[in-house]
Amino acid sequence: MSSAECRMKKTYSTFCTRHSTLNFDTMDILRFITAGSVDDGKSTLIGRLLYDTKSILADQLEAVEKASKTRGDGEIDLALLTDGLRSEREQGITIDVAYKYFQTPNRKFISIDAPGHIQYTRNMVTGASNADLAIILIDARQGVVEQTRRHSLITSMLGIPHIVVAVNKMDLVGYSEDTFLQIAQEYQKLADKLAIKDLKIIPVSALAGDNIVDKSEAMPWYTGETMLHFLENVDVQHDLNLNDARFSVQYVIRPQTEELHDYRGYAGRVQSGVFRKGDTITVFPSEQTSKIAKIEVYGQEVEEVSAPQSATILLETDVDISRGDLISGTGNSPVLSQDVEATICWMDDRKELKVGNKYTLQHGTTRVRCSVKGIEYRVDISNYEQLEDIESLKLNDVAKIVLRTAKPIAYDAYQTNRANGAAILIDETSNVTVGACMVEA
Amino acid sequence: MKVKKSVGYTPDNQALFDLNVNYPIQTRYIMSNIQSLSSDAQRQDYLDQLESEAIYIMREVAGQFERPALLFSGGKDSITLVRLAQKAFAPGKIPFPLVHIDTGHNFPEATQYRDWMANEVGAKLIVRQVEDTIKAKGLKEPTGKNASRNWLQTFTLLDTIEEFEFDACIGGARRDEEKARAKERIFSFRDEFGQWDPKRQRPELWNLFNGKISKGENVRCFPISNWTELDVWAYIEREKIPLPSIYFSHQREMILRDGNLLANADFIYKDDSDVIVNKTVRFRTVGDMTCTAAVESEASTIEQVVAEIKATRISERGETRIDDQQTEAAMEDRKKGGYF
Ligand SMILES: Nc1nc2c(ncn2[C@@H]2O[C@H](COP(=O)(O)OP(=O)(O)OP(=O)(O)O)[C@@H](O)[C@H]2O)c(=O)[nH]1
Ligand SMILES: [Mg+2]
Repeated sequence: MSSAECRMKKTYSTFCTRHSTLNFDTMDILRFITAGSVDDGKSTLIGRLLYDTKSILADQLEAVEKASKTRGDGEIDLALLTDGLRSEREQGITIDVAYKYFQTPNRKFISIDAPGHIQYTRNMVTGASNADLAIILIDARQGVVEQTRRHSLITSMLGIPHIVVAVNKMDLVGYSEDTFLQIAQEYQKLADKLAIKDLKIIPVSALAGDNIVDKSEAMPWYTGETMLHFLENVDVQHDLNLNDARFSVQYVIRPQTEELHDYRGYAGRVQSGVFRKGDTITVFPSEQTSKIAKIEVYGQEVEEVSAPQSATILLETDVDISRGDLISGTGNSPVLSQDVEATICWMDDRKELKVGNKYTLQHGTTRVRCSVKGIEYRVDISNYEQLEDIESLKLNDVAKIVLRTAKPIAYDAYQTNRANGAAILIDETSNVTVGACMVEA
Repeated sequence: MKVKKSVGYTPDNQALFDLNVNYPIQTRYIMSNIQSLSSDAQRQDYLDQLESEAIYIMREVAGQFERPALLFSGGKDSITLVRLAQKAFAPGKIPFPLVHIDTGHNFPEATQYRDWMANEVGAKLIVRQVEDTIKAKGLKEPTGKNASRNWLQTFTLLDTIEEFEFDACIGGARRDEEKARAKERIFSFRDEFGQWDPKRQRPELWNLFNGKISKGENVRCFPISNWTELDVWAYIEREKIPLPSIYFSHQREMILRDGNLLANADFIYKDDSDVIVNKTVRFRTVGDMTCTAAVESEASTIEQVVAEIKATRISERGETRIDDQQTEAAMEDRKKGGYF
């Protein structure tokens, strides 16, 4: 048999059943990000998770082995599983976020590998903005460094509900319990300042695989969970705001056919809360009221919908609604105002944010022009203190600003409603997204 | 299995997608499948969540752009997109055209399916031929062994974008497919030359997609970025979406080359080292015939295909895309040049 034919012989039936235990009906999704300073081992950790959960396919592993060989000492470099760009491989660093997927029987994991380099912080923010959980890595030899502080601040500002600190490279400090405890204590102090609620600290070696998927034999003093065990069991269902009903209109469906002549459906996504047939609603910014006549999920009628379901809402009365409007139901009302205070992470490496500058603000499905009225303070990353008398913001600065919008927008506080409290600033000449805003109410 | 009769992918009615058959398929069954959605609106399982996110993205595209298009090849990922678009705008029609860049080397089954599907969902279908671009631009066509028009598609695509002034193209790329794709945004900005710059991607925060562009630029939008191959199959199974017959086990004349099985066709250059064999195969992806390899398989129902995908130890691209096996950064380079 030729070698070619030999390869062909590998028909599917001969392979082990990798996913045979998946429970499609009960599975849920966890999105998590790795964060921390350059070279703390973020990419290696994700590589290790993929490797130890047997999520890497034979040919992908082969490719990574080959790439590792041409680069280094022959050891397989697990970071290459996520560092997929040419320049990343050349420089041995992560530049932009990589999304990798794996599954265990009850959960689909969307892992987001962020760059540690300060220059690429905005890419880290991109990845973190959608995460339910952040793993912050710390090099056991270095302890808490500035990027640990910056990324911790960002994850807490973004309201990521669960934080796991992985004290990594334990193999390089002799798996010392003392070192671990020292770093854990140091981090706990930082976490207190940031009011991080759900914090877990785990000693690991991403490279050697200690406490990632398998319990470490080198650290018998650690009796807690492994990283994967924690990721598999953390409860993310309860992080949604199901109290305040908000629905941003994305698109108006008007088939205008004979049978559907008068059909007028507002297509959008339930951002928070629950909408039921018969509910009284208010449309923002016009503040007209009406009642829900019908709720459809992709053409099929349902009694109620809750976040984060996409749906179509039909109203009893004719109200003038278009893309950008917000339908608000039961629960507290949103704030309707032209004055917006927000924590911002500034992301433009070409231009500074200055008082008086004008931008486009995108909030929900609406876009309005706005101008910067003031910078209240900038956060000093080294101690989280608020510095006043700030005139401009540079790349990666975190600050509190005041905006005035050209028209009123209907928002909630980001703290209690992530979906309706988030906004971005867009540069009006380059069209690039330059700021991530978390609104206060 | 309960699905057997109503859909086109089981052995009983595979004839539906046979080459010589017209497709007088009851127009309603695609829509009627939508009716069979889980009635429990409260509990969203993981496929519901992925679907919901993809539909949100579809609607953002329709809401933010003036002239979007959906790139439709007749492959399973773009078929999934069509289903999602149907659902996103139900009971209305899909508010953008389906666009296919035809290399002239596509599987006839896929092209047939493409025409049938466009008609079925009542969408406008725009087809542009790579052949025409080659002639008009006097492009040099790759010849010889493993020659493929795959890369030339980019020229035709960019011309088509210009011709119709499309400002957004919805594509079925998934991040699990390939390491450069794993890095790409859901709204992926392209400059006026159609190029992707992986080192200067726009930040993409929460679900606030920024589709603001200047004239001549465009955005590639990927609603199923976060789906894996298995998710797509599980969704197709759940939604009972008919597929082109080449996704299921069938007898075919194949070229055995460097361990890959290629479908035999006149336009594929062969030499003495190629062996022509008759095999029972199915295709895991549907691309250009010149660079898409088959797998040997007996799986003739969607359940059997899903079972095989669950068990496989080889990635989709690794197993089926000959064009990606050539250099380490093949996909990144193609994307920088304007590829899907
Ligand atoms: N000894 C040891 N080395 C490790 C461990 N984890 C990672 N490394 C090494 O540390 C170096 C950096 O690892 P990466 O995973 O690329 O670091 P990163 O945090 O992703 O870096 P950036 O993405 O560029 O910020 C590599 O040489 C790894 O092999 C560990 O647990 N022990
Ligand atoms: Mg990295």
